[in-house]
Amino acid sequence: MHHGKYRFIAGFLAGPLALYTVFVIWPFLQAVYYSFTDWTGLSPDFAFTGLRNYERLLDDEVFWKSFQHSVLLVVLVPLVTIALALFFAFMLNVGGRRRRGAAVTGVRGSAFYKIVYFFPQVLSIAIVALLFQFAYNPGNGAINAGLRAVGLDSVQPDWLGDPDYALWSVMAVLVWCTVGFFVVLFSAGMSSIPLDFYEAALLDGASRVTTFFRITLPLLWDTVQSGWIYMGILALGAEAFAVVQIMTVGANGGGPDYSTTVLPLYVYVKAFRDGQAAYATTIGVALLVVTLAFAAVVMRLGRRERLEY
Amino acid sequence: METTDTPPPPAPDAVPRHGVPEEPPVRKTGPGGRRRPRRSGEGRTLNAFSHGMLVLWAFMVVMPLLWAVMTSFKTDREIFTAPWSLPASPQFENWARAWGQAHMSDYFLNTVLVVGGSLTGTMLLGSMAAYVLARFEFPGNRFLYFLFIGGMSFPVILALVPLFYVLNNLALLNTLHGLILTYIAYSLPFTVFFLTAFFRTLPTTVAEAALIDGASHARTFFQVMLPMARPGLISVGIFNFLGQWNQYMLPTVLNTDPERKVLSQGLVQLAVSQGYKGDWSGLFAGLVMAMLPVLAAYIVFQRQVVAGLTAGALK
Repeated sequence: MHHGKYRFIAGFLAGPLALYTVFVIWPFLQAVYYSFTDWTGLSPDFAFTGLRNYERLLDDEVFWKSFQHSVLLVVLVPLVTIALALFFAFMLNVGGRRRRGAAVTGVRGSAFYKIVYFFPQVLSIAIVALLFQFAYNPGNGAINAGLRAVGLDSVQPDWLGDPDYALWSVMAVLVWCTVGFFVVLFSAGMSSIPLDFYEAALLDGASRVTTFFRITLPLLWDTVQSGWIYMGILALGAEAFAVVQIMTVGANGGGPDYSTTVLPLYVYVKAFRDGQAAYATTIGVALLVVTLAFAAVVMRLGRRERLEY
Repeated sequence: METTDTPPPPAPDAVPRHGVPEEPPVRKTGPGGRRRPRRSGEGRTLNAFSHGMLVLWAFMVVMPLLWAVMTSFKTDREIFTAPWSLPASPQFENWARAWGQAHMSDYFLNTVLVVGGSLTGTMLLGSMAAYVLARFEFPGNRFLYFLFIGGMSFPVILALVPLFYVLNNLALLNTLHGLILTYIAYSLPFTVFFLTAFFRTLPTTVAEAALIDGASHARTFFQVMLPMARPGLISVGIFNFLGQWNQYMLPTVLNTDPERKVLSQGLVQLAVSQGYKGDWSGLFAGLVMAMLPVLAAYIVFQRQVVAGLTAGALK
């Protein structure tokens, strides 16, 4: 019996573990190792160079620009997204006028809003980025044409081509496509909060704003926190990469004068365009450090006593 | 739409609800006969404001999508001269051109093959690993569990450079099965995390009964446990489907053969080359073509999709 059990365990774990080790764990460990070498990625030869790549990082202006942009992205995008999503979710669940004797209800049509808001979430980020690239087109894109239509002929920014606006335009797209997910996520959390809490607060004369900050937010805090980390990881990694790489196709990748370049894009450029695989992995390690630091900060900020209900 | 209590989409002109004194006649007063105990000014301005914001955001979400659909029926000339007006006469040949000449049909087929293979593999391997980790005590269990779920937190781009050479050495670069294996591997962390928790919640008695009746462990798993786990499998399956269907970064790096591009990659490729050829209308048709199937699937299965996507984040 016991023999059979271990054979079964080994048999079931072998496949997944092999695949996971070869394609995830092993490349990940290799990446850290390569960051101490001068590997180009083009030839099999390389030498161990110690911390030289890391020293180079400190003097690399483009790295610091990417770093700043990534930090800006990881701070602002989740903040705006989550604030908007909390507001919408609160309206959809608690913001309605009282009817049918219920103390709190959502606004009318809340189910409809939840379905619509979620649309961008099911679309590929590549499609979203392409769509907005057209919309942002300065000459004949939808946004500037819309501005002209309402009489703002003088306001015709070159959204993605102007270093002052490019990064903000990209961030707006990230917010646009993730708010819906959080609205639905927070709605699910809010609907599990017992209604008597609201009834009691409303009887005591609390306003909606007060009930939001005193009841909803504290009880939702765990969800907000895990959503925050999830969003931050996206804004540092894959999503930011796709949006920046597709929308801002400057000569160097990353917009005019590196105004939108972010860490994952810089890794990609160094590895697959410049043939500096080892240096690219060094930037990747820096990205990992930023990601872990971000997660640690959010966890630390979010430490509160757990509320049970 | 199988939602109850959903009024028809609010028309944009319904935005300012300032002056509206009451909800359309309250059909029944509530059980207690309590009709809006406090009707303060605060409540009303807040209502107008919040409705306005809600409608505005719905508008902002839907507009770009409608705009894309509209644009896909225009001529190139119209796209540039009148971005916001309706097409003078709908150009259906844009769609035909995108499907055939612009290789959208090939990109679709590649995507279906890759996602079909990787989704099957992910669900099978993920549930096997999760089942073992959730239900059996053995040395190293905790370690393996954390090894798997640790993958959720690190940036994929860091592993991508060495991964490129791993695939190259295994002769898997630029092949669809190479992409399938990679998708499976990168979907395992969340799948294992989610399904381990799910298998722990299933009752043990049924599996024990099957074992006593002489079923092997493997048979118990496939014939008893997997069917019982169906709700969890559907949730995580939808999550993986959307993630893999929409994947962009992995194929961009690991699959550069023009013949084998997947949808998201193919569209970006089209956009870049279209810059020279100038077939913008065809490109928009392609974009919409890629958008519609997932949107349609979402509208039909929206309950399951939402449950699947939010289940992971909500404990």
